[in-house]
Amino acid sequence: MAEFLINSGWNPNLAQIVASTLGAVVLASFGLVWVIFSIWLERKFAGRVQDRIGPNRTGPYGLFQTFADIGKLLTKEDITPKGADKHVYNFAPILAVAGIIAIFAVIPFNHAWVGADLNVGVLYFVAVGSLATLAILLAGWSSNNKYALLGAFRAIAALISYEVPMILSLAVPVLLAGSMSMQDIVKGQSIAYVFVVPVSALIFFVSQLAEVGRSPFDLIEAESEIIAGFNIEYSGMKFAMFYAGEFIHAFVICILTAVLFLGGWRGLGAGEPGYELFGFLMLMAKSVAVYAFVMLLRNTLPRIRIDHMMAFNWKFLVPLALVNLLVVTFLARPFVPDYAAAEALVAEGGLAGLVGTIFGAGFIAELPRAVVLLVANVILFIVATQLLHRYGEAQRSKLGVQAVPPMRATAMASD
Amino acid sequence: MQPEFGQWFIFGLFTVFIIGGGIGTVTSSNLFHAALWLIISLFGVAGFFVLLAAPFLAAIQVLVYIGAIVVLIIFAIMLTRRLMGLREAPNSQWAYGLVGAIVTFAVLALGLVLASTGESPLLVSQPISEITGESIRDLGIALVDVNQYVLPFIVASLLLEAAMVGAIVIAREDE
Amino acid sequence: MQPNEWLFIGIFFVVALVIPTVPIVLAQLLNPKRPSKMKQEAYECGVETVGDAWVQFKVQYYLYALIFLIFDIEMLFLFPWAVAYNQLGLFALVAMAGFVGILGVALIYAWRKGALEWL
Repeated sequence: MAEFLINSGWNPNLAQIVASTLGAVVLASFGLVWVIFSIWLERKFAGRVQDRIGPNRTGPYGLFQTFADIGKLLTKEDITPKGADKHVYNFAPILAVAGIIAIFAVIPFNHAWVGADLNVGVLYFVAVGSLATLAILLAGWSSNNKYALLGAFRAIAALISYEVPMILSLAVPVLLAGSMSMQDIVKGQSIAYVFVVPVSALIFFVSQLAEVGRSPFDLIEAESEIIAGFNIEYSGMKFAMFYAGEFIHAFVICILTAVLFLGGWRGLGAGEPGYELFGFLMLMAKSVAVYAFVMLLRNTLPRIRIDHMMAFNWKFLVPLALVNLLVVTFLARPFVPDYAAAEALVAEGGLAGLVGTIFGAGFIAELPRAVVLLVANVILFIVATQLLHRYGEAQRSKLGVQAVPPMRATAMASD
Repeated sequence: MQPEFGQWFIFGLFTVFIIGGGIGTVTSSNLFHAALWLIISLFGVAGFFVLLAAPFLAAIQVLVYIGAIVVLIIFAIMLTRRLMGLREAPNSQWAYGLVGAIVTFAVLALGLVLASTGESPLLVSQPISEITGESIRDLGIALVDVNQYVLPFIVASLLLEAAMVGAIVIAREDE
Repeated sequence: MQPNEWLFIGIFFVVALVIPTVPIVLAQLLNPKRPSKMKQEAYECGVETVGDAWVQFKVQYYLYALIFLIFDIEMLFLFPWAVAYNQLGLFALVAMAGFVGILGVALIYAWRKGALEWL
């Protein structure tokens, strides 16, 4: 693109800027287009889970429902509460969306399609995500409303707490790939990291879920306790921006999980030169699969109480992430993948050659490390869940509550 | 590499962020607004790090300063009722502040001038294009190398622990 | 590092800020504006607002923010180390384990002192 403009006689700097701007607009609009679709998808999905049909009047299968909603929001009166801090109040919804959209800049869609492959890509998305956190604080404070302020502070306390296990679990893929660039992390995953360090993947996913404020961690908008939290005073399009921000964020965490732990655009030969579009579709397929899981969680789990949510973070996720980091630290070092040796092994033929031709040489290089870490992670997972189980039992017996056996529970539900 | 107009423009933009944010911070009578101005100023500093080819420090700047320290400051503001209610900040100590600021500035400026003119100047001018992503790796190796920074590194962790213990002790004093 | 990538990031930031601004401005142009005194009152489930929006916050929030800050700074050391991981020797691993361990002790201290309780 930039080359084309330079060739047609443009100033190189100007051409660079124009090309970057166009790229940025396309990439950022992708997020917005997705929101329009995903709102419909999510309502349809929720409908099915709750034994309803969901939107079905506007357009085929209710596909145009979101457009009708946009029309309604555009013509809705926008009320600014008395005593609000106007500039901050108006800026907060913009920042909430911008902070999330900005994450798209570092996501690798295939080996060539990436906005900017920064060598600090991983830190970039954490840092930019913290801007969205800031938006909640701005919204809550500027609304001049007790509930908004309370909601915002609760939300911030929860969000920053869940950033800790996220960062600790994020260090593991960085350590395995030896790079903070998102593209390098994808390239390092001949074996997807979810099969290497499932505990890290799980911690990352759970803490990201909490960052979005989705059920079961939707305390940010606990309508039964603080009516709606930080965005209570917002109406019309400004409220819609917070809403859109949440939807984009929900999908962004799915993409991030897919990129960091599910092998990104790799798999079945996808994303190799010549198969760019296939790579993009592969990443989208993985992300949508994670998204389906997120929707299922949202529609089936009850909300967790805030004190439980904080305790779960600080007393379970953070220690687990620390222990996991230490385990990986000491076990992974002797098995650093030697890609050159693996290539040579494959070239020799035999069993290694056969495996190598099916899965690629990178698979053989990473196999020993993957096996060792997987075993360690499974043991860690069993120990951790056993501890959690014991704790639950102890708490129940303290309260004198009998744990309901699964058989009994189904019988009660069918009554 | 000769700085081009574009680089000067971006440099100027970040300078405006930093100085404007700084002035906003010290002149705003509302403490919450002061914290917000501080964010703009810190953001400008992050921009400077990018211009200096130190993207790692830029990311850390946003993450630690904007994401954590400003939040900490705002939480601290919210804990103090007296300060929140104020619309006019009665500042009786601005003279001391001014003296402190001038002295700090003078020391920094003097240090920079001395460092850049001596026998072995500390300021090494290196073209940005020669600095690569490897610098983060070098930093990581240097941090835990016996001959380099491993002792300060461990001391830093003890310092962090001391900070946390101190905060908990102070916060729990009244119970 | 390529300055062009950061140029892209900068432009992307501007675009990301413009995109949500457009619908908000558009809505401002289209929507009806009939402000009234009642409408602009702070919403508290219909009950009239008493006092300022300011409420006393617990010191707990501050403690969480502080512990978060400490782990954030830990990350500052952790990530360069993780990038260099494949080239490090055993001593470097032990040094980092010591670093993480000391923070783990700090976490246990906070836990035992009840600083992690949400009261």
